[in-house]
Amino acid sequence: MNNAGTTKHEPLFHIVKRSSMVWWKSWLIRIGSVAAALIVCAVITVLLTGKNPLGVYATMIDGSFGTPRRIWGLLQNIAILLCISLAVTPAFKMRFWNTGAEGQVLVGGLATASCMILLGDKLPTLLLFPVMIIASVAAGAIWGLIPAVFRAKWNTNETLFTLMMNYIAIQIVSFFAYIWSVPKGSGQVGVINGSTKAGWLPSIGGHDYLLNIIIVAVLTVAVYIYLRYSKHGYEIQVVGESENTARYIGINVKKVIIRTMLLSGAICGIAGFLLVSGTDHTFTRDLAAGRGFTAIMVSWLAKFNPLYMVLTSFIIVFLQKGAGEISTTFGLNDSFSDILTGIIIFFIIGSEFFINYSIKRNESLKGGKK
Amino acid sequence: MKKIIAFVLAAIMMLTLLAGCSNGNANTEKKEGLENFKIGFIFLHDENSTYDKNFIDAAKTACANLGLSEDQVLMKTNIPESNECYEAALDLADRGCNVIFADSFGHEPFMAQAAEKYPDVEFCHATGTTAHTAGLKNFHNAFASIYEGRYLAGIAAGLKLNEMIANGEFTAEEAKIGYVGAYTYAEVISGYTSFFLGARSVCPSVTMEVQFTGSWYDETAEKEAATTLINRGCKLISQHADSMGAPTACEQAGVPNISYNGSTVSACPNTFIVSSRINWAPYFEYIVNCYLNGEEIAADWCKGITEGSVELSEINTAVAAEGTAEAIAEAEKKLADGTLHVFDTTTFTVNGETLNSYMADVDTDADYTPDTEVVSDGYFHESEMRSAPYFNVSIDGITTLNSAF
Repeated sequence: MNNAGTTKHEPLFHIVKRSSMVWWKSWLIRIGSVAAALIVCAVITVLLTGKNPLGVYATMIDGSFGTPRRIWGLLQNIAILLCISLAVTPAFKMRFWNTGAEGQVLVGGLATASCMILLGDKLPTLLLFPVMIIASVAAGAIWGLIPAVFRAKWNTNETLFTLMMNYIAIQIVSFFAYIWSVPKGSGQVGVINGSTKAGWLPSIGGHDYLLNIIIVAVLTVAVYIYLRYSKHGYEIQVVGESENTARYIGINVKKVIIRTMLLSGAICGIAGFLLVSGTDHTFTRDLAAGRGFTAIMVSWLAKFNPLYMVLTSFIIVFLQKGAGEISTTFGLNDSFSDILTGIIIFFIIGSEFFINYSIKRNESLKGGKK
Repeated sequence: MKKIIAFVLAAIMMLTLLAGCSNGNANTEKKEGLENFKIGFIFLHDENSTYDKNFIDAAKTACANLGLSEDQVLMKTNIPESNECYEAALDLADRGCNVIFADSFGHEPFMAQAAEKYPDVEFCHATGTTAHTAGLKNFHNAFASIYEGRYLAGIAAGLKLNEMIANGEFTAEEAKIGYVGAYTYAEVISGYTSFFLGARSVCPSVTMEVQFTGSWYDETAEKEAATTLINRGCKLISQHADSMGAPTACEQAGVPNISYNGSTVSACPNTFIVSSRINWAPYFEYIVNCYLNGEEIAADWCKGITEGSVELSEINTAVAAEGTAEAIAEAEKKLADGTLHVFDTTTFTVNGETLNSYMADVDTDADYTPDTEVVSDGYFHESEMRSAPYFNVSIDGITTLNSAF
């Protein structure tokens, strides 16, 4: 940045990496960035639509918290997004860019749905659920394993490989959606076992999504402990920092890559299971609805810390829900709320820059001018 | 810090839970006047899809005709065919909607699920097939006899082919129509067959080739399919899919096009002839009036060209053959007085034989069992036993190049 050359056109500022920052200062910057984002959004709202920005914000909050149903919907959506974010995190910590969560969730969901369709009336519930869970975890894990093996053995580019696997998964899902479609040829599976509810996650105390939320909460703590306190977690971190160092201290890098991607895919499989068995009770090629990619952002924003991810996934889901509510209440096109969401996320990501770097005025300029 | 955040979040939730409870019982009273009425709409996409735009425009027209104010009409766009639809429907019910409508085929099971949960709210769904057997009093299907519109549009196509034959552009034997379809599914098959029969009623030598894309909305695939058909020697193209792919391909190649869902004349002034579409406004007005008058909404509603539920766009006289408007008007009159039936069994053959009997799968079940005789009095009774189309016979003269998924 600081290229002290012979030129006199030296920039006014230069950027310095901060060594560390007190926690309250960094949070002040984050909160400040959200406030700044809201102000920019307010200006844009007034300019583009002429609506009262405070009303728009109130509507956003209403969209997530307006009724008990919405709060449950919010928590359920957070749970699924968080689950997929948890899945990609171990791989990311290892600097293995798993962009294939979408596909891993899809095959997991498809495995669950297959069990519900083919075994729903054959197995008792007590046996059906373990079969469903094993099938979806295995499917997700295999989908994660394939690119990991190629990366470990032949050093293929995992970003492209996992991405391509998404499209294969989408086509497989479309194929089965056609095979099992009702009515035939419509490409729609419809609600599976609607009358018998076989393979549907039970509701707890009348709350359909509570079990989903509990499962993901447990998973969050488990992944946190795994990454933070286990030997595996340490190995992942070392491989992520430097593969050579890892090799030097005797870590089997190939093994770590394969093991971690198996885990990553397996958790995606669980997400697929929760989506099909716990909420949708059907599958389409849009089952994951882009969450496989949103999860990347959730994980990054939280700096790969599973506990912070609760907060970042909340922010993302809250913004999405709010966006939908704005378009319904104000009769605006969905794209407008997407603009607002984009601005807010941009500011949040931008704030990380100011936490990691500080901007200093160039001393030489100060001194040079007389 | 985490504790503080957790506490604040918990506090917000508690407050909103309380707030939510105090106004959560809005829809217990039925048969209020118009001023207390609310209607909710669930759309798969937004105005960028011609399919949803057609519904959204109709909803706006109907609500304006009924005198509903802005805050009595709630629209949710971009609702996928998943649990999101169920949640959206319940959310609309929570907000006091008395009638809730969803526009996409895949929304159906989730609307039915919502209907079970809210027996006092009417749930209406376009293009579905199960309401007449579901046994839910508050769940309804609707469609329109769009095959009538396609038949009439087919007449315009046949006349255009005749004109091109007369001009010596190609021989009568070479008169071939290309059709871009979404899926190998009754709704599409019924559509292209009626279109073909309309064309053949005026141009007896015409044949047709159908290419499926495997998607309701895929601009690239639709454009490619249309181009393939044109390269195979098709002289005129029509489509049943929701993007501008096929019309654009036609405009670029200079091949006449019969459109769907609405006029594409502004984008394709040199090739667009006419378009058929379903006008949903009459249905929307019907369901609202039923609710307000305390009448039951039909489990399965289907109206056609005479009731204004099926419409043809304005004819592009720059491209259409002379006499198109007159020929269409005449056929329309015959359709109305019952002297003309689109699927008249004397006008087509199946494997060289007349279709004297056909058992259609009208009552949806898992095994697609054919359950209802639909050929009688010399014609195939499309959309009479159930609003959603069930004509899925392959007739002679039409070649399907692929099948899709």
